[in-house]
Amino acid sequence: MDMEDIVLRGENISFSYDGMKVLKDCSFSVRNKDFAAVVGSNGAGKSTLLKICLGLLKQDRGKIWLFGKPIDKFQDWDKIGYVPQRILNLNLGFPATVEEVVSSPLYTSKKLKNLSKKDKRSLTDKSLKAVGMEDYKDRLIGRLSAGQQQRVFIAKALISSPQLLVLDEPTTGIDNETEEDFYNLIYKLNKEDGITIVMVTHDYTDIKSMVNRVIQITDGGVLMNVQKKRMEINHDGDISI
Amino acid sequence: MMEIFQYEFMQRAFIAGVMVAVICPLIGVFIVLKRLSMIGDTLSHASLAGIAAGMLWGFYPFWGALIFSVIGAVAIEKLRKTFSKYAEISNSIILSAGIGIAVVMIGLAKGFNTDLMGYMFGSIAAVNSQDIYIMGTLSLIIILSVVILHKKLFYIAFDEEGAQISGIAVSFLNMYLTILTALTVVVSMRIVGIFMVSSMLVIPVAAAIQTGKGFIKTIIISVLFALISVIFGLILSYYLDIAPGGTIVLLSVAILLGVLLVKALRVRK
Repeated sequence: MDMEDIVLRGENISFSYDGMKVLKDCSFSVRNKDFAAVVGSNGAGKSTLLKICLGLLKQDRGKIWLFGKPIDKFQDWDKIGYVPQRILNLNLGFPATVEEVVSSPLYTSKKLKNLSKKDKRSLTDKSLKAVGMEDYKDRLIGRLSAGQQQRVFIAKALISSPQLLVLDEPTTGIDNETEEDFYNLIYKLNKEDGITIVMVTHDYTDIKSMVNRVIQITDGGVLMNVQKKRMEINHDGDISI
Repeated sequence: MMEIFQYEFMQRAFIAGVMVAVICPLIGVFIVLKRLSMIGDTLSHASLAGIAAGMLWGFYPFWGALIFSVIGAVAIEKLRKTFSKYAEISNSIILSAGIGIAVVMIGLAKGFNTDLMGYMFGSIAAVNSQDIYIMGTLSLIIILSVVILHKKLFYIAFDEEGAQISGIAVSFLNMYLTILTALTVVVSMRIVGIFMVSSMLVIPVAAAIQTGKGFIKTIIISVLFALISVIFGLILSYYLDIAPGGTIVLLSVAILLGVLLVKALRVRK
């Protein structure tokens, strides 16, 4: 396996919460331009694994590499866009326009914070256009439908031109029709723009035809990392077929 | 009517009032959006302990308030991590500790006096030149901090995890915001009084949020609402000889009710 091609790698990740083992010796890898689905039943530890990969939680044991660097040495966070499981948590009364939400990473990114106001505005417009929300820039985020809100969060994640887009159950609370549009958008970002996708989902059947890699977590923390075309399987990080 | 500006103490009261009207919503908008509205109450009770300490041991009560409220701010952040599943507990603990210490010290200092009443309920006449210099310096620190950090603080208030992933020092800025809140409480207590500082942090922001505007406009509107409450509150307080704190807070509540009424009428149409 070409190591330079690997965008995200986890090795023997274990994590306990309040004395309860959530993840046990999980190993996996995601390659450049993969569309990877992280699947498993409720409470299997999918979102926990994602949070560990993004440095939001610290694993008890094991190592994470992002773009070839150990996570504690990784600085280039512009390369990663994150779309949280948002719909259920969003404060609908939050006084922020779509433009303010989408442009917020521009003021924190080392690479982008020195851009002129005009450039920041045009980057925001470009991002909103990519998700078909360019006409909603001045609307309040809380007044959009759940599907539109999630598109806005993708625009926000895309604004720093990330190479890896991480999504945590992005379609929670979205109706079926909107969900299909949403998956098509993600698929397009992967196929046409070459963005690597890692998506936690509880409903694998909907995206089965789009993904090329499945990271399956089962209760007890056993993890399978399957690349569909090559059928490469890592089991507990030890067995490769 | 302009005669009230002839008095030096009124000039000082207005200068102090304008500072309060600007800094309270600037900080208040972040604490309201982070659902930490109780923190103002907590820190003002910690300040009360500091004031009582100053009166008991004979140093300038303002410094006591400043030290105790900053210690309270740091303690709240530390306790919030200890009781991560019950975030409000940290507020209750510090509030109780603050009021406990204050009551004991007030007792030891042989009870209430007019100075203490001034700190508790606000006073026009109490603001002296030394207060103005300290309040001005602290206000400048608060305003500059918000001007420089508002985009980051906005990101944290809207999406703390996202902010952390984008490389923002979230824990540090949360602590810094809590300390700025402590400074705001201390600056504001002279005019609005310890018991009503929290209202000035929350009510103008609550009213501005109801107008349904974006983030920056919400901040501007909340400062305008606070300025109206403070300026008219001080004028009324002077002419009617009533405590400024209560008058200012009641005016801000009236503005909130007015905004809600206009909103309700618009929905009907």
